[in-house]
Amino acid sequence: MEPVIHLRSAVSLLGRFPALAGVDLDVQQGEIVLLQGPNGAGKTTLLRACAGLLPFVDGEAVVLGTDLRRDRRSVRARVGLLGHATGLYEDLTVADNVRFWAKAVRAEPGQADAALARLGLDGRLKDVPVAKLSAGQRRRTSIAAMLARRPELWLLDEPHAGLDQGGRDLIDDLVREAARSGATVVLASHEHERAEALAGRIVTIAGGTIIAPTPTPPPEAGSGPVSDPVSEPAGSAAADAPVSPDVTAPGPAVASEAADVP
Amino acid sequence: MFRDAALIAGKDLRLEWRSRIAINQVAPFALLILILFAFALDPDHGVLLKATPGLFWIAVLFSSLLAIQRAFTIESADGNRDALRLSGLDPAGIFLGKFAAITVQLLALEALLLAGVALLYSARLDGFPLLLLTCVVATAGIAAAGTLYGVLAAGLRVRETLLPLLLLPVLAPVLLGSTRAFEAAIGGNPSEGWPWLGLLAIFALVYIGSGAAAFGPLLEES
Repeated sequence: MEPVIHLRSAVSLLGRFPALAGVDLDVQQGEIVLLQGPNGAGKTTLLRACAGLLPFVDGEAVVLGTDLRRDRRSVRARVGLLGHATGLYEDLTVADNVRFWAKAVRAEPGQADAALARLGLDGRLKDVPVAKLSAGQRRRTSIAAMLARRPELWLLDEPHAGLDQGGRDLIDDLVREAARSGATVVLASHEHERAEALAGRIVTIAGGTIIAPTPTPPPEAGSGPVSDPVSEPAGSAAADAPVSPDVTAPGPAVASEAADVP
Repeated sequence: MFRDAALIAGKDLRLEWRSRIAINQVAPFALLILILFAFALDPDHGVLLKATPGLFWIAVLFSSLLAIQRAFTIESADGNRDALRLSGLDPAGIFLGKFAAITVQLLALEALLLAGVALLYSARLDGFPLLLLTCVVATAGIAAAGTLYGVLAAGLRVRETLLPLLLLPVLAPVLLGSTRAFEAAIGGNPSEGWPWLGLLAIFALVYIGSGAAAFGPLLEES
């Protein structure tokens, strides 16, 4: 099966600085991959470049079957990027924001409301302007806006940041459900213990490169249509079900097998 | 494209309605310009009356800068620009949506300013068909050029000061044409105004076309 992300010697520049200086990475459908590395290693740049927001200027870069060196636009609506910024309009309500971004990608009617319910934003909160929300509530709204789009590829940059314990658990559940329903997830997180428990594979990036080759797991790893992360109610049995990604043994210190998911 | 335009225009107008920036800041600013000119030229009411068309459009131009800045400030905040790029919306649709929202806001503002010049300057607003068409077509030109230069300046740190420097010289033909057409309408010589209206229409069409074509690359690069 063709990988969802296929990078070979991929280079991306921030100004003249090669923020990605020859990345080799394959990610298969349904995988949950954790990017780890120090600040400035290139994690955020890699996620943004895979989302089509930054250009690859050299090497091979194919995401969801699209060659990003030729066409960065067509892949964007199929990708969900949760970055440091919320991407929300402060003067619009929670519901207005989520519905707007769902309509932008021509999501089916009802997906936005289902996403609001899944994130626990379907009560009085949905009519509150984003400007009046706490940081954690904004983060939840941002996640709901991404979830309503039903992306095929989830790119999550510090997804647990700003969330309380319940919110962090919910994020983990959503990621597992997404992977089980066939979506692919790449996340960067400094919450090592939690993220390592979530991921089926860990990739270490430093100085803009994957510092050693990482083995690609079999295509069936972590995949299989089990549940729909949007319509699945919070705290359901399916949401709590364990995931056991089948990962081949990685090289030492670079890519390691994930810890067992509780 | 038109579906995307309607989505963006609806969102921008809803944002304006909720934030009340146009009502609370842009409209008072425009009225203040009219009042200050009235103070400055009041000793000679004849001059004030004669200058009404130019003063009206000067007030519209300066106010339009605020409306255009606002239209792109909301996209610069908290990663909205990236979110817009990730949405997959047609860039031409985004351009047309922003253009439509700015046009609607400016037309509402112009209705207020027309009442202002009638009250403050005692101007007689005759020649209504030409007056109305001039307002619509000139506003379309201002909004189209403003949307194009707005996205160009939006990604820069100096956008607040750069936008007027870029936009006002470009809008000089609109100021000239709209002032002449307005003058002809209220002066009872509408036949003299129609050629100016034609110039305004050409300007608007050129900027709507070039804006729809160039908006995508500018959104990517700026």
